[in-house]
Amino acid sequence: MVKLLNPRDFSSHPGYIDKGYRSTALRGPTKPLIPVRGVSLAAPVYGHDRIAPADADLTLNGRKDAEPLGERIIVTGRVLDENGRPLAGALVEIWQANAAGRYVHVVDQHAAPLDPNFFGGGRCVTDEQGRYRFLTIKPGAYPWGNHFNAWRPNHIHFSLFGHQFGQRLVTQMYFPGDPLLALDPIYLGVPAKSRERMVAHFSIDVTEEGYALGYVFDIVLRGENAAIWENH
Amino acid sequence: MSGSNLLGQTPSQTVGPFFAYGLTPQQYGYDWASIAAADMADQATEGERITFEGQVLDGAGQPVTDALIEIWQADGAGSYAAAPGRNTRFTGFGRCGTGVLGDGFFRFTTIKPAAPSKAEAPHLNIIVTMRGLLMHAFTRAYFEGDTRNDADPVMAQVPPERRATLLARQTAPGTWRLDIHMQGDAETVFFDL
Repeated sequence: MVKLLNPRDFSSHPGYIDKGYRSTALRGPTKPLIPVRGVSLAAPVYGHDRIAPADADLTLNGRKDAEPLGERIIVTGRVLDENGRPLAGALVEIWQANAAGRYVHVVDQHAAPLDPNFFGGGRCVTDEQGRYRFLTIKPGAYPWGNHFNAWRPNHIHFSLFGHQFGQRLVTQMYFPGDPLLALDPIYLGVPAKSRERMVAHFSIDVTEEGYALGYVFDIVLRGENAAIWENH
Repeated sequence: MSGSNLLGQTPSQTVGPFFAYGLTPQQYGYDWASIAAADMADQATEGERITFEGQVLDGAGQPVTDALIEIWQADGAGSYAAAPGRNTRFTGFGRCGTGVLGDGFFRFTTIKPAAPSKAEAPHLNIIVTMRGLLMHAFTRAYFEGDTRNDADPVMAQVPPERRATLLARQTAPGTWRLDIHMQGDAETVFFDL
């Protein structure tokens, strides 16, 4: 017996073609998605054994000979399903720019400095309460070519696998009060009612005295629908 | 269906171009172990070794060189690795970015999945994501010529005239190719699942 998921709530997600985000024009599917019902599949098995505790400390995992530059932050939260149930064992992967707004990837040609002590990739698996925690550096804003004077708000990319294949989520976490949010087509591509779900909140309780500011970002994946069961 | 007492789903955003070092670091030459790779099967994996490859193409027919393809499949006996006691050396989960091989190609070396159940045809579950795609897309690859394809319960929900977009064809012994067309007359079938 496998429980089926609630549908993706398309009223909460961005559309495939977005006027403001130019690259969607030739890449977003234009035909309606084909609904598939009655199929349930567990999330992939990946290399759990390859995930080391240090992978969740981005101030450490790229370090050569000194601490990375920038504002040290803690990013933590819970992975929940729509029913409020914590998802233990969920894979959370992140990647981000350094404090100057530069990614290590070779295709990033922004004229801001790389930090030899910062890589920018992290990952962990949620605990029994669905909790994850990263120590990192606050990413900088950076320009991109979408339109004249376009800048991405500070953000951290998130990739998630929950318990079921259909719970896959790729998203971005933003920071509260960022003036660039109101100008960012990628953020604005999400319906207004759900945008703020992508914005972390500052927490003095998570903040560590004399060490790092704390941000909380809870992530909600599709929930299992108690009303729909399937013999598998 | 969704009731008002449910928490709101966290919205999707594009994976952007920089997933390369975060999700596929080894493939792109970064000094960090990947948790899943495009080379999914080793010599000890039971089953028929195959290459599964293709190009990701945009609506102008141009290769997409910053897409991430993820596949999740049953093993040569039809079991997903989550089933206890099965072929666990083979996870069945692979990742390949399209920015390394050139021309927007992905290429997996894996084993041909067996059908997970009598009702189904052998298939690969696929997640497609890329810069310029605000929400990942689910699709599947079936193997052209398999007599079980049309009766497969998911394939059966696809209009017959679009089923060919899900059929990998054998281009050489053991090599199966399926191009992913994001748009156009041959737009790949993507699922709401």
